[in-house]
Amino acid sequence: MANLSTNEFKSGLKFMLDGDPCSIIENELVKPGKGQAFNRVKFRNLKTGRVNERTFKSGDSVESADVMEVELEYSYTDGEFWYFMDPVSFEQHTADANSIEECKNWLKEQYTYTVTQWNGTPLVVTAPNFVNLVVADTDPGLKGDTSGGGGKPATLETGAVVRVPLFIEIGELLRVDTRSGEYVERAKT
Amino acid sequence: MDIEIIKRRAQIVSDIRHFFSQRHVLEVDTPVLSRAAPTAPYLESFKTEFIPIGSIDKASYYLQTSPEFAMKVLLAAGSGSIYQIAKVFRNGEHGRVHSPEFTMLEWYRPELNLEELMDEVAALLETITSYSGSIRFSYQEVFSQYLNINVLVCSKDELQKLAIKRLPSFSGNPDLDRDGWLELLMSQVIESELASLKKPVFIYNFPSSQAQLAKVKLDNAGEEVAARFELFAGGLELANGYDELLDPKELRKRFEYDNQQRLKLGKAEMPIDEKLLTAMESGLPPCTGVALGLDRLLMLAMNKKSIDCVQNLPFY
Repeated sequence: MANLSTNEFKSGLKFMLDGDPCSIIENELVKPGKGQAFNRVKFRNLKTGRVNERTFKSGDSVESADVMEVELEYSYTDGEFWYFMDPVSFEQHTADANSIEECKNWLKEQYTYTVTQWNGTPLVVTAPNFVNLVVADTDPGLKGDTSGGGGKPATLETGAVVRVPLFIEIGELLRVDTRSGEYVERAKT
Repeated sequence: MDIEIIKRRAQIVSDIRHFFSQRHVLEVDTPVLSRAAPTAPYLESFKTEFIPIGSIDKASYYLQTSPEFAMKVLLAAGSGSIYQIAKVFRNGEHGRVHSPEFTMLEWYRPELNLEELMDEVAALLETITSYSGSIRFSYQEVFSQYLNINVLVCSKDELQKLAIKRLPSFSGNPDLDRDGWLELLMSQVIESELASLKKPVFIYNFPSSQAQLAKVKLDNAGEEVAARFELFAGGLELANGYDELLDPKELRKRFEYDNQQRLKLGKAEMPIDEKLLTAMESGLPPCTGVALGLDRLLMLAMNKKSIDCVQNLPFY
């Protein structure tokens, strides 16, 4: 694997640290006037998701990480693994529970997800910003109330619970923002 | 680009000129190009070539990293107190608070001792920014207070152990020299402690190994220290001041030692400034001097997080 010098550090760069693939969030040059330079790096461990800081002597190098982002279509789960398909090659990829943890509430068949792979294995699955999901359960709607004031919880087909306006009924298709977990609008079928 | 920031910058530069004019400090303007360059091991000059028209001969020139050498030639010629607002260049340094091209406010005061120069720097800071009520600690005091170590006598191994204990997140092969470990602890541990005091802090009496172009003297305990200070404010290293070394023989020794260090680091030796040494032989008057990063001062005055925000057009 290629070596990366501190002078190539920038946000988004993927490198190996203590055996784990990491992604740089922030890189800051620390240099006293005439003194030795250091790079203070804030990074995310892509395996654990944890954010950490590390200081490097400027000029030192780290190993680059073979991390790629690919767009894959979600197929199904057998309860233990989650299966995704490459829409071009039809190749199947297997993700474990860890990697789908953040998007498990938004997994719906045939939607396309961004899958971060390390050495070909899915590390993190990221949902698209918006998904359309059917309401599986909610209290009866109040006919005539279209103001959206107040609101009530609704359980969606994936198990996600979001706050929706009072007029929403079971079986309706909703557009949801996966980043905030908030209802956006009724979706057109 | 923000016209309001450009106007504010112009106003502050004008206020600085007024500050020095009131104190009868003369503004000077020395060359940016020089045949010589500083030898400091971790300071990289931009190098260029002068080719006279019609000639194929090339002469190497360096862009100044500070106007120090040229201003000292003026001082030796009898200029008296002088200041300069100069463009300076440092290769490789680019980050949130570093730009390879930046503006230095540098001034020299034959009338003032180091204490009085710190007073003057504090007065300027208070005139331009809202930072006032500065505190002063010796280098030894801050290391003793925040790291519980006697920095003037402890060994490199002790510093290394302490740094690895205090900075578990320090990475890589720890092949730093003694000053490297000190700079790591200073920049990673002590500076953040100082920033939390919310006041400008002067650190004075540096280890003699970091004397740069300052005199070495004995402190009250009889330990050798460099007669230098640095000013930290708002989490920024803002200024570096010296009781200026006057002895050209000692300076030549330091330049040559630096060049040996550069060779060990695999860097090119830098041509020593003979013009400066000659001027010092003819007599540099006893004086103090300080270099202050003008862009960082503007960052404090305008409450900006990045040096790019206060330059009319940033480096790209």
